[in-house]
Amino acid sequence: MANVIRRQTPAARLGRGLLYGVLILAALFYILPLVVMLMTSVKPLSEISAGSLLSFPQNPTLAPWTKAWGEACTGMRCEGVGGYFWNSFAIVIPAVLISTTIGALNGYALTKWRFKGSELVFALMLFGCFIPFQVMLLPMAQTLGWLGISSSRAGLILVHVVFGIAFTTLFFRNFYVGIPNELVSAAKLDGAGFFRIFWRIILPISAPIIVVSVIWQFTQIWNDFLFGVAFSAHNTQPVTVALNNLVNTSTGVREYNVDMAAAMIAALPTLVVYVLAGKYFVRGLTAGSVKG
Amino acid sequence: MRDSLPMKNTSATPLGAGAKRSTPSGSLQAWLPRLVLAPSVAISLFFVYGFMLWTFVLSLTSSRMLPSYDFVGFGQYSRLMANERWWVASTNLMIFGVLFVLICLVIGSLLAILLDQKIRQEGALRTIYLYPMALSFIVTGVVWKWLLNPQLGIQAMVQSWGFESFRFDWITDPDMAIYTLVIAAVWQASGFVMALFLAGLRGIDDSIVKAAQLDGASLPRIYWRVVMPCLRPVVFSAVMILAHIAIKSFDLVVALTGGGPGYATDLPATFMYAHAFTRAQIGLGSASAMLMLGGVLAILIPYLYSELRSRKHG
Repeated sequence: MANVIRRQTPAARLGRGLLYGVLILAALFYILPLVVMLMTSVKPLSEISAGSLLSFPQNPTLAPWTKAWGEACTGMRCEGVGGYFWNSFAIVIPAVLISTTIGALNGYALTKWRFKGSELVFALMLFGCFIPFQVMLLPMAQTLGWLGISSSRAGLILVHVVFGIAFTTLFFRNFYVGIPNELVSAAKLDGAGFFRIFWRIILPISAPIIVVSVIWQFTQIWNDFLFGVAFSAHNTQPVTVALNNLVNTSTGVREYNVDMAAAMIAALPTLVVYVLAGKYFVRGLTAGSVKG
Repeated sequence: MRDSLPMKNTSATPLGAGAKRSTPSGSLQAWLPRLVLAPSVAISLFFVYGFMLWTFVLSLTSSRMLPSYDFVGFGQYSRLMANERWWVASTNLMIFGVLFVLICLVIGSLLAILLDQKIRQEGALRTIYLYPMALSFIVTGVVWKWLLNPQLGIQAMVQSWGFESFRFDWITDPDMAIYTLVIAAVWQASGFVMALFLAGLRGIDDSIVKAAQLDGASLPRIYWRVVMPCLRPVVFSAVMILAHIAIKSFDLVVALTGGGPGYATDLPATFMYAHAFTRAQIGLGSASAMLMLGGVLAILIPYLYSELRSRKHG
């Protein structure tokens, strides 16, 4: 490194400096809102009105966090966002597992057992990725009513599975297309069947795409607000809806520190997933969109 | 792709005729893939295509609180066209959509190119640029509402530094509030565009760039004339995805501005929700949903067309 730097002309060094300057400025733009959110969430209210956004907390306190978790008012009830946080998990986990399983089987059937019309089936399902959900809201509300699961967690799980399988099928299909067909045809010649091949050959090599699908679905469903607000009752609301209610509940003094703590709580699971598995997260985002 | 083992011709009479050569379980095997796909196809037909049709039917009725099937032709659409709030929402979507897509593209491609210059700590920077994508629009809205709060946010901070006349109260200004949506949405999504472009850049053959360098082309020129043309598919995908995010934007408006001041920052998505779910105007809400669908189709059809074409080539 050292000798590389020595060889640079002053102009090149200036350019390099500028380059890092711009990159660091951009990093500040992205990171500062999170820093402000975190700092505000541990400041007492008095410090918020006296200090400024970026002033470091003088007497950090976790009181806003405990209040956001267990006492803050979200609309009519004052039980914090804790219960809704678990609601979100109760909705997300089954929805992710079911939609990923279906997506894997679909992708496998569409690529390794092609049949007449299988491309059409794929195109038909792919379309579902793009439809604005506003078109589905009213019929969905009525359908959930007929099924007797409106405003229930089961209803929300159904909604997320129904609209998630288009994406999971897309992921798995694009992954399995890249797997040599010879692997499967040899097994077919040996008389292995559909599920046996899936179980023995396909599933063991699917780990990367399973991670992508799980992370994508987890993030999407955890972050959903539209379905949550349209199809839930007060006791089945996901945390995004509770957070929005908390922020918009106006009883007495606005407690910005509690708002920020609640926002941190609602953001933590997806942030943790991102930090632990960012690589796969990016792959999910870019899946199918970058073609050589 | 094309030439996996030619499957036994199961399309005609799978059980009867196939039995000569394959066992009954063999023909079941041939049908299994279709059986596995059947529920998903049924779901897609009912919940996607059926619902689209259903909403269209509702948009032709006079439904208010509850769906009724009292048809009024395209009356709801003409009411929509005469509705000032709908026009505000549509205009807002144009402003928001165009600015959001363009700024994300500029910032995203620029950051990707800068990051591609053998930067130390590239991984850390990339992580920082992209993490907002992991947050929900609700969280994004809550945070930016706090930052943009004139009394306690950025404006107050800069004023406390001594710039007393500094003004940044867009969120309370009906003419400027729409731009706060752009800021927050760009903050959230531009890192994603950076990731798309970076993946595209890494996929470009080095020798093309080397050859241009030997020809004495300057670095900006190489990027503009040689590299960018290679990234056209990436630009295209990014535009599609961003435009799609823009049309569906609902949560961000709800959390950041609540559609206000007044209905200055309404978008079609919030207009639809307000009319269908809180203002007991199901017919009108359905009509607005159908127009949103029309907007998505207008950008989607060229996209799918190119996807399918490139798939045939690749």
